[in-house]
Amino acid sequence: MKGNEAIAEGAMRAGCRYYFGYPITPQNDIPEYLSRELPKIGGTFIQAESEIASINMLMGAAAGGARAMTSSSGPGISLMQEGISYMAGSELPGLVVYISRVGPGLGGIAPTQGDYKQVTAGGGHGDYYTISLAPASVQEMFSLTQKAFELADKYRNPAVLLADAILGQMKEPVEIGPRPKNLKVELPHKDWSLEGNKGRKSNLVKSLFLGDGEMEVQNWKLFEKYKKLKEEDTYFEEIGTEDAELLIVAYGSCSRMAQSGIDLAREAGMKVGLLRPITIFPFPEKAVAEASKRINKVLVIEMNTGQMVKDVKVNVDRAADVFLYARPGGGLPTPDDILEQIKKYY
Amino acid sequence: MAVETLEKSEPKKIFGKPECLIDVNFHFCPGCNHGNVHKMIGEAIDEFGIQDKTIGVAGVGCCVFLYNYVDIDVMEAPHGRACAVATGLNRVHPEKIVFTYQGDGDLASIGLAETVHTANRGENITVIFVNNTVYGMTGGQMAPTTLLGQKTTTSPYGREFMGDGYPIKMAEMLATLEGPAYVARVACNTPKNLMAAKKAVKKAFKMQIDQMGFSFVEILSACPVNWGMTPGKAHKRVSEEMIPYFPLGVFKERTHADYM
Repeated sequence: MKGNEAIAEGAMRAGCRYYFGYPITPQNDIPEYLSRELPKIGGTFIQAESEIASINMLMGAAAGGARAMTSSSGPGISLMQEGISYMAGSELPGLVVYISRVGPGLGGIAPTQGDYKQVTAGGGHGDYYTISLAPASVQEMFSLTQKAFELADKYRNPAVLLADAILGQMKEPVEIGPRPKNLKVELPHKDWSLEGNKGRKSNLVKSLFLGDGEMEVQNWKLFEKYKKLKEEDTYFEEIGTEDAELLIVAYGSCSRMAQSGIDLAREAGMKVGLLRPITIFPFPEKAVAEASKRINKVLVIEMNTGQMVKDVKVNVDRAADVFLYARPGGGLPTPDDILEQIKKYY
Repeated sequence: MAVETLEKSEPKKIFGKPECLIDVNFHFCPGCNHGNVHKMIGEAIDEFGIQDKTIGVAGVGCCVFLYNYVDIDVMEAPHGRACAVATGLNRVHPEKIVFTYQGDGDLASIGLAETVHTANRGENITVIFVNNTVYGMTGGQMAPTTLLGQKTTTSPYGREFMGDGYPIKMAEMLATLEGPAYVARVACNTPKNLMAAKKAVKKAFKMQIDQMGFSFVEILSACPVNWGMTPGKAHKRVSEEMIPYFPLGVFKERTHADYM
């Protein structure tokens, strides 16, 4: 199964029945798949006039209490930032799938991790964050899509699934089982949603608070949610870190290449481990801090000029040295490139 | 005899606030027509008995406080995006009544694409568009519907075609599309026009109830404060300057659901 298709299938099985999107490479398999499959299960697919309309349709569907999603890439996601900010401000859940293409500007369609800081910093205006998940396999494209919906609902906050063209376009075996014939997903009713005020007081979904001090209260309320998110739903994976003398930190497709490099290093007798953030917001701060106490050499590998390395640096143990191997602009590190870097710092 | 009858009869309410309007004073400026339009919407909701199944989407600007006055579920949309937000709501709840409440800057400038495409999809929602030729809440800047020669805080020498273009006629523009079921322009400047406006608002909601598709009512309104006029003069301006450029009438009306 293709990575992008795994996302689409995962969304349907998570109970998502509404998709709004606009074509952009390299994520077109998602709208194509859902335009074909959603109507079969009574879902709605709209090809919107722009990414701005897509995110606002998503916002409306989310306010109506439904699980809904959109997907896009760099330039389209930039257009969506207004809506994502409003969703965070209005406390609306929803999924934004982000299949990166190299930027800035129109850039190119090659894989990149240049959008790490945009995603993990919130992306739009205001003091907010998105729940950001970074799959590293087609299997995770499927499972983390479902997780993203779950977390978005739990925290009433938009979630972003960040991957790139490698993960979106590559085919891998996945274990998902056949789609149940009657794909009915029971989800709890959202008391705050808009559906008419029958038998209750009117509900209001808004992000405007003009009263003196109201926005301070609202910002602290959002902050408390992010704090809880950090405590309860930070995910990461550690491979071979028990005996490691060099720790590599990498996420997404880059972590797969890093692992290949690590395997070569292990064959050559070098003890190298991998720490892979699965949530990039919240960043696995504690895991990095603890691993770096044991392993004093940390090598960050990313497909940009160095973005996640900043999150690593502020969280590592004081005694640890942090090195960076950066490959921006669509450059892909080979396992041999990574082996060379490991040799350099080991 | 007649006097006696009058004394004995119970006082009969002949004019009042619609049931679905919250009993508070409007914050709108003197002579502003937003209050009238709120009342028309409230009356339509009451008369169709749809208060518990209606969802309003408020645009940014003076429209945004819809939820302070109408006791229904309401959502605030980002500036210009009300039609897209309403699309999402409508698709999730096709059996409910969804309407947007937007001003000229919101609907005809920043949200033009969302408005046109939602109309073109024939989305079964109602759009109430208040056109007062200025950005009201931000302090009277030039709007896409500002008339030629009209002075605003950002067209201090008057709007000129060379550089600013002509004011956009939204009702006429949308009526060229196949999607809309009902497109009308009305005004709030005289009691007669108010009656016609109320009728049009009600008709627009009826269209949605009957699943006829997109319905749109443009309401010419006065903004005395930002026009620098007394309410009386402002309403005179609607008659003398706005209506000649923005003619009143029904531009499109679908009589049966022939769009399938």
